[in-house]
Amino acid sequence: MRHGKYPFIIGFLVVPVALYVTFVVWAYIQAFYLSVYEWSGLGPVTNFVGLGNFRKMLDDTTFWQSLKHNVFLLVLLPIITVILALVFAFLLNVGGGSKGGVTRGVWGSKVYRIIFFFPQLLALAIVAVIFGRVFGPDKSGMLNGLFPDSWSPWLFLADERYAMACILIVLVWQAVGFYVVLFSAGMGNIPTEVYEAAAIDGATRVTLFFKITIPLLWNTIQVAWVYLGIAAFDAFALVNIMTVDRGGPDGATSVLSLMIYRNAFEFSQAGYASALGVVLFFLTLTFAALTLRVTRRESLEA
Amino acid sequence: MTNITSTPGTDAVPTAGPVGASKSAGRKPDSRREFKAFNGLAHVALIVWALVTAGPLLWVLLASFKSNTEIFLGKPFALPASFSFSTYADAWTDAHIGRYFINSVFVVLISTAGTMLFGSMAAYVLARYKFFGNRAIYYLFVSGLAFPTFMALAPLFYILKGMGLLGSFTGLILVYIAYSLPFTIFFLAAFFKSLPYEIEEAATVDGASHVRKFFQIMMPMARSGLVSITIFNIVGQWNQYLLPVVIMSGPGADQKLLLTQGIAQISVSAGYQAEWSTLFAALVLTILPMIIVYGIFQRQIQSGLTAGAVK
Repeated sequence: MRHGKYPFIIGFLVVPVALYVTFVVWAYIQAFYLSVYEWSGLGPVTNFVGLGNFRKMLDDTTFWQSLKHNVFLLVLLPIITVILALVFAFLLNVGGGSKGGVTRGVWGSKVYRIIFFFPQLLALAIVAVIFGRVFGPDKSGMLNGLFPDSWSPWLFLADERYAMACILIVLVWQAVGFYVVLFSAGMGNIPTEVYEAAAIDGATRVTLFFKITIPLLWNTIQVAWVYLGIAAFDAFALVNIMTVDRGGPDGATSVLSLMIYRNAFEFSQAGYASALGVVLFFLTLTFAALTLRVTRRESLEA
Repeated sequence: MTNITSTPGTDAVPTAGPVGASKSAGRKPDSRREFKAFNGLAHVALIVWALVTAGPLLWVLLASFKSNTEIFLGKPFALPASFSFSTYADAWTDAHIGRYFINSVFVVLISTAGTMLFGSMAAYVLARYKFFGNRAIYYLFVSGLAFPTFMALAPLFYILKGMGLLGSFTGLILVYIAYSLPFTIFFLAAFFKSLPYEIEEAATVDGASHVRKFFQIMMPMARSGLVSITIFNIVGQWNQYLLPVVIMSGPGADQKLLLTQGIAQISVSAGYQAEWSTLFAALVLTILPMIIVYGIFQRQIQSGLTAGAVK
């Protein structure tokens, strides 16, 4: 039985481990290493600067601006998406009222779910191109086309004040459907008897939502929150494709991911880009740990 | 599965007994009104969101048949003056959508196949064999989930450059596989662990080799998990934008752009000329196949993509 066990194990592991170590592990190790060097990306890596790259960040207005935008998304994207998705999922699953104590889904809930979910299948890059036109600043844009002719065109992405809000709207637009389906699946796992019992006691739908659905879905909501937070740290495709001057106007939509990309491949600052990457890593990790900690409930395990 | 509508409710009333029945009868008129109002509001909210979701896509479809002058008229949801497909011909040939599409299909086909093969091999060994270093290798893979890809961007570029793989499909495919392994292994290892041991033991008694057990017994048993994670990987890799933008650069790469990159590039050049009709046709050509595939496999796709989050 033990015959040939080790050759088999090695044979099965060698390719995946080799690929993973070469392109992933080694890249991350180098990112930490490069973050303490000043390196343009060409020639040998010799100019050790210690924490110089991180100190440079403190004085870099673009960095603070980008961080602010990431925090904006980090706070609002999960809140808005989770609330919308919870409400829609609840309406789909329990909105149909009760017959003899059994709560039912709203009529046509399958069709709604299919439509809502579709944007999740589209690449963020494609979504960015579509919404670049939806927010078009003249009559050729969808929204300006819908507005009455007497209005002067809204600038949307070209207006510093609203550009970031446009990014947020697009991220929400794409994400809601996925979480509707995710929460629906979770709600389907809540035993019908729980709702029946509450309905017999005369609970209204609003009570059902706050007292039964949300507490029983808490674990899934937590996961959703972490996922959406991680998405808020990305947003690269949207900002790179959709915004004016990539991150503009005047840095109004710059985010950390875009900064990393531009420093690495356009400004010849591979060392600084790696340092920014290290910061991004610790930010993501802190966020995930904090979310799981703060939202922890006694009876449930994180 | 996700529905709690399945039980026919009317049967529940008689079995609830006299007490329950009289109780619900007592509050009936009130609850009926509440239900009606709630149901109406529910539909309004759901229809509004369905329109918000589908509206931009419908608008893209309508605009793809319009001439540039028509697009600038406003009235975004007016029907086009005529349904001409010339914009589609432009998008297919001049804007090279056809080529980008084939590039994407080619890359995703090979990289997903590779991800599934190597991912399931590693996951199987890590889940079901005891050996020195097992846990270390497992955690090495799973820890990859905690790191943002952006962090590795610059080093990854220079690693590929050093290997001469920059701007090549080979490089891109290898990178796709490597970056898909953490989640694939995390998911499949848990799945393989949950499968029963008896059948495998019987096969061992019958003298089946380890390799044969894997391909002929474990893989078929793990089918549902494999399907979910395959869909997850296909969609994830098909939608990649960042990695191709970084890797498919340099001389000669413009022939090898993937669909996401290609669309972004068409969008930029359309913007310079303020000539949008070709872009809309290109978008339709990109989205339509996805709608068709989604229409056929929507159940599998929904469960495949959510599988990751449910654990």
